[in-house]
Amino acid sequence: MSKAGPNWGFPKTKVLRPKTKVMIELRNISKRFGAVLANDQINIKVETGTIHAIVGENGAGKSTAMRIAYGFYTPDSGEILIDGQVHQIRTPHDAIALGIGMVHQHFMLVDTMSVAENIVLGAEPGSALALDLATASSQIRKLSEEFKLSVDPGALIESLSVGQQQRVELLKALYRKAQLLILDEPTAVLTPQEVEEFFAILRSMREQGKTIVIITHKLSEVLAISDDVTVMRDGKVVGRVKTKETNAAELARLMVGREVLLRVEKTDAKPGVPRLEVVDLSVNVKGSTPRVDKVSFKVRAGEIVGIAGVEGNGQTELIEALAGLVESSQLSGSINFEGRDITRQSARARREQGIAHIPEDRHRRGLLLEFSLAENSILGVHYRPPVTAYAGNVFLDNAAIQQRANEIIQGFDVRPANAALPARALSGGNQQKLIIGREFKVDPRLLLVSQPTRGVDIGAIEFIHRKLVALRDGGCAILLVSAELEEVTSLSDRLLIIHKGRIVGEVDPKVTTVEEIGLLMTRGH
Amino acid sequence: MKLLRELVFPLLAVLAAFVVGGILILLIGDNPIQAYKLLIGSALSWPDGIGYTLFYATPLIFTGLAVLVAFRCGLLNIGAEGQLYVAAFATAWVGITLAQRSAWILIPLCFLAAVLAGGVWGAIPGILKARFGSHEVINTIMLNFIGIALVSYFTQYHYKVPGDPIMESSEIGQGAHIARLGHFIHGLPERIPLNLAFVLALICCVLVYLFLWRTKWGYELRATGASPTAAEYGGISIRKQIIIAMTISGSLAGMVGINEVLGYRHRYYDGFSDNYGFTGIAVALLGRNHPFGVVIAALLFGVLQRGGIYVDGFSEHVTKDIVQVLQGVIILFVAAEAFFRGQFGSFGLLKRSKV
Amino acid sequence: MKDLFTIALFWSTIRTATPLLLAAMGGLFSERSGVINIALEGMMLAGAFTAAAVTYAAGNPFAGLAAGMAAGLLIAAIHAVVSIRYRADQVVTGTAINILMFGMPAFLSGAFFLSSGSTPQIPREHLVPWLPIVIAFGLVPTIWYVLYKTPFGLRLRSVGENPEAADAAGVPVARMRYAGVLLSGVLAGLGGAYLSIGQSSLFTRNMTSGRGFIALAALIFGKWRPVQTMLACLLFGFTEAVSYQMQGVFKFSGEDIPVQFIQMVPYVLTIIVLAGFIGHSRPPRALGMPYQKER
Repeated sequence: MSKAGPNWGFPKTKVLRPKTKVMIELRNISKRFGAVLANDQINIKVETGTIHAIVGENGAGKSTAMRIAYGFYTPDSGEILIDGQVHQIRTPHDAIALGIGMVHQHFMLVDTMSVAENIVLGAEPGSALALDLATASSQIRKLSEEFKLSVDPGALIESLSVGQQQRVELLKALYRKAQLLILDEPTAVLTPQEVEEFFAILRSMREQGKTIVIITHKLSEVLAISDDVTVMRDGKVVGRVKTKETNAAELARLMVGREVLLRVEKTDAKPGVPRLEVVDLSVNVKGSTPRVDKVSFKVRAGEIVGIAGVEGNGQTELIEALAGLVESSQLSGSINFEGRDITRQSARARREQGIAHIPEDRHRRGLLLEFSLAENSILGVHYRPPVTAYAGNVFLDNAAIQQRANEIIQGFDVRPANAALPARALSGGNQQKLIIGREFKVDPRLLLVSQPTRGVDIGAIEFIHRKLVALRDGGCAILLVSAELEEVTSLSDRLLIIHKGRIVGEVDPKVTTVEEIGLLMTRGH
Repeated sequence: MKLLRELVFPLLAVLAAFVVGGILILLIGDNPIQAYKLLIGSALSWPDGIGYTLFYATPLIFTGLAVLVAFRCGLLNIGAEGQLYVAAFATAWVGITLAQRSAWILIPLCFLAAVLAGGVWGAIPGILKARFGSHEVINTIMLNFIGIALVSYFTQYHYKVPGDPIMESSEIGQGAHIARLGHFIHGLPERIPLNLAFVLALICCVLVYLFLWRTKWGYELRATGASPTAAEYGGISIRKQIIIAMTISGSLAGMVGINEVLGYRHRYYDGFSDNYGFTGIAVALLGRNHPFGVVIAALLFGVLQRGGIYVDGFSEHVTKDIVQVLQGVIILFVAAEAFFRGQFGSFGLLKRSKV
Repeated sequence: MKDLFTIALFWSTIRTATPLLLAAMGGLFSERSGVINIALEGMMLAGAFTAAAVTYAAGNPFAGLAAGMAAGLLIAAIHAVVSIRYRADQVVTGTAINILMFGMPAFLSGAFFLSSGSTPQIPREHLVPWLPIVIAFGLVPTIWYVLYKTPFGLRLRSVGENPEAADAAGVPVARMRYAGVLLSGVLAGLGGAYLSIGQSSLFTRNMTSGRGFIALAALIFGKWRPVQTMLACLLFGFTEAVSYQMQGVFKFSGEDIPVQFIQMVPYVLTIIVLAGFIGHSRPPRALGMPYQKER
């Protein structure tokens, strides 16, 4: 079952392969998932001993391409060359044998096992009859020293911080003697200081002859760490440049395919009375630091308050807490809506008072994928008139549901315009328009909106932005969370910055530069 | 077109199961064509064949519906067996204790006993799941054994006719008997135990259909099954839905007691169920988790039950156990739908969401 | 009460615990690899019938034991292919196998032995009353070692906890799960064989009478760990032995306790443990989830 462990040690004197040699090349790779062409005839070439960044917006196909290189997905067509040789990479096992290691965005670790067990898994030292964890641990310690990745081999994964878990992932790849390391959004979970340390580690790996591919959408990081950049957009490779010969503006233009990112046209807000008042709200998790930590703010009628922050800093939990989707035992502090304390109220009770919610994850929260558009169009209001009728409103009124669905489909340009289709059959943008239409339909007094344009095509983005502004002008209070800095700054009237669950500042997006906001987002001060 | 697609896979599964069964019959040296002819021919003869086929189908409609309601909420109720035992005993208990009352009082009370007892026995795993997150599959299995042991205890120690070697209760009051269909249908002899419970089963199908697809409650239950997280977002309490679904499921399974006790034996008979609860899983799956599909599937299984007895008597080697074999193989094929599809991906009916 | 705990009861407990232990150890392999195995009952029935039939026909109990294990393996192979290859719901597949195996031995014995569901008596000298007991209890430390001290065990546990991580580490997820399920078939088959040619001397219809499910309960009660599972099997075996010994009514402090209540003990305990009242029993994280790489 098991092979003998890896031949130990990385000879430091080992030849640094000439920089011109190509470590990995993807040739004409295509991959389709259902209706989506995730990779369209892409070509990527990574030179040995370099740090190569692959950049693009969410959904551009970066992760798919690299998961193909790692054998997680099988390409529909195209070929992969390692060191100039064509190789079939059917499984991660094949990739590992070819010296490829990958650190996934969501760590691939078994939480209930130790660091050492995770690192050796699949490449165990010792014989098939005896797992030699002692040797493994000493090897891991040696590696840790060599690459400055300190971690206790005996610790359980679930007891480690995310930063430490990432080190385990790196060690896992190094332990398998990976020559090529693919890192998928490695900095998303790190604090700025950790990012600095992390980049130092990457540079030292490059010194030792490793080749590194880093997938990211953060341009500052691309410029700081990489040697070369491949830019992807809509499943295609749209450019390849040397980092030294480019700048953020050029990369941004390649990434989004437009000269200037959209600037939403809107008049100044005319805020009215406060609708939502949050006082010292915390979302506590057993055995961990609070996800949201004593947050206080107000949202008034007729304004859009944005929340900017690096993803995973408590935005998700904050919005879910406001929407009533967090167990009230986990909450402390208070949420007041139009003067009423709603902290302990159910999601339904909040909806009844006019709180609507466009969730960040439309597949998990926003839609019943197997249900028809008509059935989806009533989620949240399904139990009351006008969509119910007869016998004390027990029965669903199909005619009314149909009408409601059609109004949403027409008003928000959902295509195909067929209410009988299952939601699964729609593209991401059309699914999002359906959700937005549904939530707008209740004439909300407060709208909680999270990542409204994630994975949505450009035409739909502008449409959604216009609708949000129009809703604001109609007097609705809107709380907006978005990972796209451009989006929050251009839509918001006031901007709160969240960092590690805390609101660390409020800025006027009209007069504050993106750099200043970025600094707050990453440093917290 | 859609209907056709819904029908193709169940039909293929049944066909494949018959092929596998045929091979087995060949292997033991009998003629499969002969055996199947006997099986189906005897089950569809009038009046005995059809009468008994419908009688055997009755409990399966109830348990099929029970499994289906839970399934639509993303739960697998393999506890229908225990639920129907507990309910049947409760029905008999009411029928015995209030034996002197008139039918007008007794029958509704017996119905209520069946529905309540089954509902309670179904609600327990629902509550355990909603409250503690413990898996309904394990708990329903455990409750099967507990329920069966419990009613066996009551039968043995408290409700048996003294001296009777058979583990059965004393008889229920005359007023609790419900009419056999032979009473209403010309040409159907009254000795055939097919009774009004069959009509009740059909009514339940329509009610379950209306409940699931035409009421707001059904919407909430199905939404929970389709995506608990999205249901929660839509203001639906998942915990409540789990308990409701399991209670309804148990109640439906419990109605088997009406057929068995009020319509057939007029007493509680220990070990009466011929795996009705487990076969209900097969019925629901084969019926593609739709009430009308359940009726068709239950009828098919009724045919097998009835025909099996004939095969047993009139063929050389084949016993009625071929029926269990066929049922098992049918579920395997239905479950492995992808086997026929030749590709992966499902229509979502067999996908159970994690709650 | 005084003469309850006798040597006879001790041995009786060991004997009743043995089939549970074998099946539970089988279940451990399957469930630790992430595949729910409620088909233990069916696998035991397959083993019990085949062992009795082969022992009777060949006059050799070792051939019978081997055949019983092979029958369990075959049934496990069906479970494995349908739930791993075709990603069917594992509980549904298990139920199907149980129904199938409820009928199959009776169907075959009807054909081969012209009986209604049982095999002919096997002469006493062809029974193996001790060997399976030795194997069962000897297996516990072995399985503990395999699970925690070998690469195979590490990989098996990893695919049950987080198959995606295991896959990313180069562990062939499907292959490990096949191994887990097939091993469960072999062991449950052996447990069944012990029932028919160890404890008893013939196969009778539905002779497992729920032992596969008690084994499953013991596995949960033992928190999916070998030693604790063994202790659970002994406890459940003890309740069964007591109910035999009492032949009906069990006197406890002068009160009658009907046998049915003793039979319920394993099931009630399992529900309590699962609800977290006595130490929480946490299943392998990926238990019951088919692994699908490409979405």
